[in-house]
Amino acid sequence: MSEQLLKVRGLKIEGRSDETWNQIVNGVDLDLKKGEVLGLIGESGAGKSTVGLASMGFTRDGCRISDGTVEFDGIDLVNASAAVKRDLLGKRIAYVAQSAAASFNPAHRLIDQHTEAPVQHKVLGKAESEADGVELYRKLRLPNPEEIGFRYPHQVSGGQLQRAMTAMAMACRPDLIIFDEPTTALDVTTQIEVLASIREIVEEFDTAAIYITHDLAVVAQMADKIKVLLKGDEVEEAETRKMLSDPQEDYTKSLWAVRSFKRPQKPAVHTSATPVISVQNVTAAYGKIPVLHDVSFDIHEGRTVAVVGESGSGKSTTARCITGLLPPKQGHVEFDGEALPLDYRKRSKMQLRQAQMIYQMADTALNPRKTIGELIGRPVQFYMGLTGAEKRKRVEYLLEEIELEPSQYYNRLPSELSGGQKQRIGIARALAAEPKFIICDEVTSALDQLVAEGILKLLAKLQDELNLSYMFITHDLATVKSIADEVVVMKDGRVVEQGLKNDMFTPPHHPYTDLLLSSVPEMDPDWLTNLLNERGVDNIGDAAVDKM
Amino acid sequence: MASILKIIAQRLALGVLTLFVVSVVIFTAVNLLPGDFAQAILGQGATEEAVNAIRKDLGLDQHPVSRYLSWLGGAVQGDLGNSFAQANFASFVGSDAGSGMASVAAQIGPRFENTMFLAGVTALIAVPISITLGVLAALYRNSIFDRATNILTLSSISSPEFFLAYILILFLAVLNPMLPSLSNIYDGMSFGERFEKTLLPALTLTLVVTAHMMRMTRAAIINLLASPYIEMARLKGLSPMRVIVKHALPNALAPIINVIALNLAYLITGVVVVEVVFVYPGIGQLFVDSVKIRDIPVVQACCLIFAAAYILLNLTADILSILSNPRLRHPK
Repeated sequence: MSEQLLKVRGLKIEGRSDETWNQIVNGVDLDLKKGEVLGLIGESGAGKSTVGLASMGFTRDGCRISDGTVEFDGIDLVNASAAVKRDLLGKRIAYVAQSAAASFNPAHRLIDQHTEAPVQHKVLGKAESEADGVELYRKLRLPNPEEIGFRYPHQVSGGQLQRAMTAMAMACRPDLIIFDEPTTALDVTTQIEVLASIREIVEEFDTAAIYITHDLAVVAQMADKIKVLLKGDEVEEAETRKMLSDPQEDYTKSLWAVRSFKRPQKPAVHTSATPVISVQNVTAAYGKIPVLHDVSFDIHEGRTVAVVGESGSGKSTTARCITGLLPPKQGHVEFDGEALPLDYRKRSKMQLRQAQMIYQMADTALNPRKTIGELIGRPVQFYMGLTGAEKRKRVEYLLEEIELEPSQYYNRLPSELSGGQKQRIGIARALAAEPKFIICDEVTSALDQLVAEGILKLLAKLQDELNLSYMFITHDLATVKSIADEVVVMKDGRVVEQGLKNDMFTPPHHPYTDLLLSSVPEMDPDWLTNLLNERGVDNIGDAAVDKM
Repeated sequence: MASILKIIAQRLALGVLTLFVVSVVIFTAVNLLPGDFAQAILGQGATEEAVNAIRKDLGLDQHPVSRYLSWLGGAVQGDLGNSFAQANFASFVGSDAGSGMASVAAQIGPRFENTMFLAGVTALIAVPISITLGVLAALYRNSIFDRATNILTLSSISSPEFFLAYILILFLAVLNPMLPSLSNIYDGMSFGERFEKTLLPALTLTLVVTAHMMRMTRAAIINLLASPYIEMARLKGLSPMRVIVKHALPNALAPIINVIALNLAYLITGVVVVEVVFVYPGIGQLFVDSVKIRDIPVVQACCLIFAAAYILLNLTADILSILSNPRLRHPK
């Protein structure tokens, strides 16, 4: 029996849009031996997931394999009958999806979904499979392994669900597992735990895996070899260490170089200067559920304050309090030394104008039925009172500011723009009010790294030109490093630490800051191993957060 | 669970309020109709004295508001009043009003029972058929089977009810005499006999209500097929049938339950034509007859029953929808 498990040759996949078939994967080869882990990386639209699914013999609706072969253990998956494929799926080839919360059926308990594949494939009986599930939950270090399976998906946290899904994929002890961005939706401290669990269990059962991600540092920890994809084409493939130390292609090199953008640290602000925005002892709640506890920080002219923390830490709620969308229960917000009314409805047009927002999802933040000219023209008219030719001139000027050619983009609809361009429109719309202060809420987290870097550079340029102040909400510490002057770390609705960026990134840290910083994967393939050796498996991730 | 009980209590209270509003609307509307019971029963040649005498006996000479209030007072205590049409006028001329009168409850009771029996038999046939057809249509979507099912159910819902009834009579009673074409129900019938007599109208109604339920089942399931958890189920190598029945259907229940409830309400309140064709003694026919002769107490009672049926069925549907959602059944 050969060592070769998966052999893909010249795989071409077409996707249908508007009744025509367009090629989205242009001939990809894959080789996987038993027990080997292949990292598949690329930006969105590179075809990573499509290739991953195709190596299971599966295509999503609206896609088809147009050419090439997929051989799993000698079985031709392209031409195999549905029954043959069904027999393999779940039993010998398993899948772990990006969003465990969406991929577990909300109507059934975890353990019933876990035992489904083994029972249906007649690998194990129901009771045996349940016992095995509990054992796998234990191995993956889920809390209360005996009990957790009897919960419904909505009763379990995201990181735990992702591990439960890995356990489910392991239920029949498959030869191959496809991991499709399994940690992308998780916080860093949760991610590290899931990564450690996945790596351990894949090693223990000697399972081969294809690990799909856009995060290079993550793939460095997980994969034996890495393949880089770009727009459906293979760029290069190499053993992990070689790929990291000596990438051959320009595109790969550019991916590796993304994290180099860094603004120099500005000196500390003079203590007597009046901050542009001063959040003072703000306590807020959604109904009866308290969210913020006594939050205070200042943002000075021309400065960027990064507010970091994990999901649920109160970052966006703080922004809602500043803009007046959620009036605080206690405390208040000052603008240029003057207290703002708590509720936005009581603020003057001038006060509203001064604080603008840019949103995470440019897709949903732009009205799809308005042209770019209308989208940016609206605040120009509302706040600045410009109409007709003057308004148009102003919009065109703003488009130039965000580096989009006015004549080309003025009459387009948002749907005709790329993700990065849409985010630029979001920036122009905020600038249109000529504010002094802009809240950037995770503005780069939905974008690919190269595009995100472009946005960060643009924001930095605009800050220098217009002396803007930014409140930069993010969970990504790499972004903080590149753009922030000061950092505010939040946890459970409280500010745990704040200070200048350089101070924050040099020890000693607050223990939570330390945990956050140490949980960010690094490009070093030994990073995870070293960290685990150093701290022990029970002192990483959520377990460590809970101990605080 | 406490929150569900609270919702039920709120809805019931709201339902009672709705019933009250309905009763006002009905009373007003009936009073706006030209003519009254006395004129309707005595005909055009009646003398003014005779008409007034009957009005006086029945209390029709009183102010509408006081009539409404006295009726409402009785209804709250469970007394829906007496039927005008069943009254024996000869017996109480000159004597105390009330002797020899038939109560509305006694008149509606058996009819309502018949209606519920017909609705029940229809539901027992139609609901399983609709859901099965809907699941199969979703499973074999865009196939010949799917199209044929859609065309058949849509044609049957688009045809007039009496037409469907006559077609069924033609095939099942005349050409192949399997079922009786007349559904004359009477007291003392055995359950089997009664079921057999009810079958043909029930089949007609099944044809009428299947399309809605079947198409909602199909649409609700297909709507979910792009969900990540359905993709996950497929990637576990499950059979297409299992994917749909076990993974899609439980999450599609809420809209299906609501359409079923609406159709059941229709079966209780809207089957006059089918009752007429099969001479089935249900509440629909009684209602129409009572309107014709301005038998106001019966009309009001029927309206209240119809309104209550809608309210209760919708309430049941809401509760079942809530129970079908594990997030609400098992809070964090």
